[in-house]
Amino acid sequence: MLLFILRRILIAIPTLILVSMFVFALQKLLPGDPILVMAGEDRDPEVIAMLRDRYRMNEPIVMQYFYWAADVLRGDLGTSLRTNEPVLSLIASKLPVTIQLAIMSMLFAILIGIPAGILSAARKGTWVDWLANLIALSGLSIPNFWLGIMLILLVSVNLGWLPASGYESLFVDPWKSLQTMIMPAFVLGTALAATLMRHTRSAMLGVLQADYVRTARAKGLRGRIVILKHAFRNAVLPVVTLTALLFGELLAGAVLTEQIFTIPGFGKLIVDAVFNRDYAVVQGVVLCTAVGFILMNLIADVLYLILNPRLRTAQ
Amino acid sequence: MTAITDASANIAAKPQSRTWLKLRRNKSAMVGASVVLLFVALALLAPVLPIADPRATDWGAIRQAPSAAAWLGTDEIGRDVLSRMIWGARASLLAGVVSVLIAVAIGVPFGLIAGYFGGWTDSIISRVTEALLAMPFLIMAIALAAFLGPSLTNAMIAIGLSAVPIFVRLTRGQVLAVKTEDYVEGARAIGLGHIPIMMRYILPNVFPPILVQATLTIATAIIAEAALSFLGLGQQPPAPSWGSMLNTAKNFLSQAPWMAIWPGAGIFLVVMGFNLIGDGLRDALDPREN
Repeated sequence: MLLFILRRILIAIPTLILVSMFVFALQKLLPGDPILVMAGEDRDPEVIAMLRDRYRMNEPIVMQYFYWAADVLRGDLGTSLRTNEPVLSLIASKLPVTIQLAIMSMLFAILIGIPAGILSAARKGTWVDWLANLIALSGLSIPNFWLGIMLILLVSVNLGWLPASGYESLFVDPWKSLQTMIMPAFVLGTALAATLMRHTRSAMLGVLQADYVRTARAKGLRGRIVILKHAFRNAVLPVVTLTALLFGELLAGAVLTEQIFTIPGFGKLIVDAVFNRDYAVVQGVVLCTAVGFILMNLIADVLYLILNPRLRTAQ
Repeated sequence: MTAITDASANIAAKPQSRTWLKLRRNKSAMVGASVVLLFVALALLAPVLPIADPRATDWGAIRQAPSAAAWLGTDEIGRDVLSRMIWGARASLLAGVVSVLIAVAIGVPFGLIAGYFGGWTDSIISRVTEALLAMPFLIMAIALAAFLGPSLTNAMIAIGLSAVPIFVRLTRGQVLAVKTEDYVEGARAIGLGHIPIMMRYILPNVFPPILVQATLTIATAIIAEAALSFLGLGQQPPAPSWGSMLNTAKNFLSQAPWMAIWPGAGIFLVVMGFNLIGDGLRDALDPREN
């Protein structure tokens, strides 16, 4: 088990190095010269030369990468051009907001997607199955920024039930925090719920044809017990790992949702940084998302191993 | 002899016609195809349709609710929403198709090479693909679109490049399954070179899943283009696009909700259409479903 985790971490290292190269290249490819931005309106040649020297811009590009990578490993992702804050602390301050949004979205997705998938598989070919599939397909096809706008129109503008935007920390005012986050979480969770529903359904359909399910039925067990205790326990494996993988994607999906509901999170940070040409922040966010994604992949693999005893004995 | 040739031609044509027949019998796929065709027809016929100029402003008719004069209402500077919807369909469909073509044109050859040659070539291509896949699609598209500069063409390139790893991975996996087949061994035994084997024997056999993925990726690409335009990184005003229409509309939600309803409904319908076709194609091309 430990050997497997160690091997899995070792495999992730080259991927991480490549990701860091891409992210570094991104900075070099972005339009405009950050040094000129830093030099201000005067653009004094002496100041520019000093800044180039300080940021090692005169070194060969390979050396620049190594200096940058060494800084990153020390936790120094650079400084925001706009706010002058260290990028890492900027990300650290925004991340909890997005994580709260992601966890709430995941809860929505699990609570809607998995039961709908089980029900759809158990009632295959009936109107329930048809309806669940239609809703799932709609969930996958609906652009979440439009769904967000429509919900604001209905729930906030017309009914006045929930605030259309804003954010309150869960630790400061939990009730207000939930009120502001419930709509964005639902919006972000819809596509995930649809994906989870489809996977749960297909995993359940596979398991429902297995011999042990037929045996359980033949023993005279009630349908619900067969489905939940015998079939679902085995079908849930790929769904759990998928959930871990989707959690990484949620961080990216939050970009538009946060933009619509003006939530000061990770997603809004990257959009604002792109428009302000705040290169270090763009780099930092892309790097953190990629690292998060690789980490979730690792967790998904380990989780699969923990949950599947057959794989453990095979190790 | 002719009869034999005809018969063999029939047998050879059978899988394709069977797929087509299955696709035609799939009601959902046909509904999806009809929706997509309707939007394609509207987009192509936009210049000749009797609709208002999508850029013509009318300060005397700002934010007019839907009426006989403007079926879907007017926007914040009096432009006809229906006309902008129809012209916007061009941008969305074009972006969906072109970006997927870019992704296929780059991803499939790399996947073919990685899967076919294996070894170091495969290791390098696969590691790079994994690293690219670790950067979420939309974040990558936003970063690339920011680097390339905001325009519809650059948005298409950004989305296309972001989707490349999906096709590399898919093609590589399919090639690995196909390259050990007897007919590939046979082609190698008669002394065919690598490129003819890849083009004539491997590519046609890995094509079906690529086609399914391409159809589904068009749906994703249309949403991505709308998202980039929504953020201001895609189609630039005053050219119409569903994403940028939604961006403006969100500022007038209480005064002119129609400005937000239609562009989003357009994206939803087209994306659903492509998803339905993709699902139908997958079922029709799946040999287990026969």
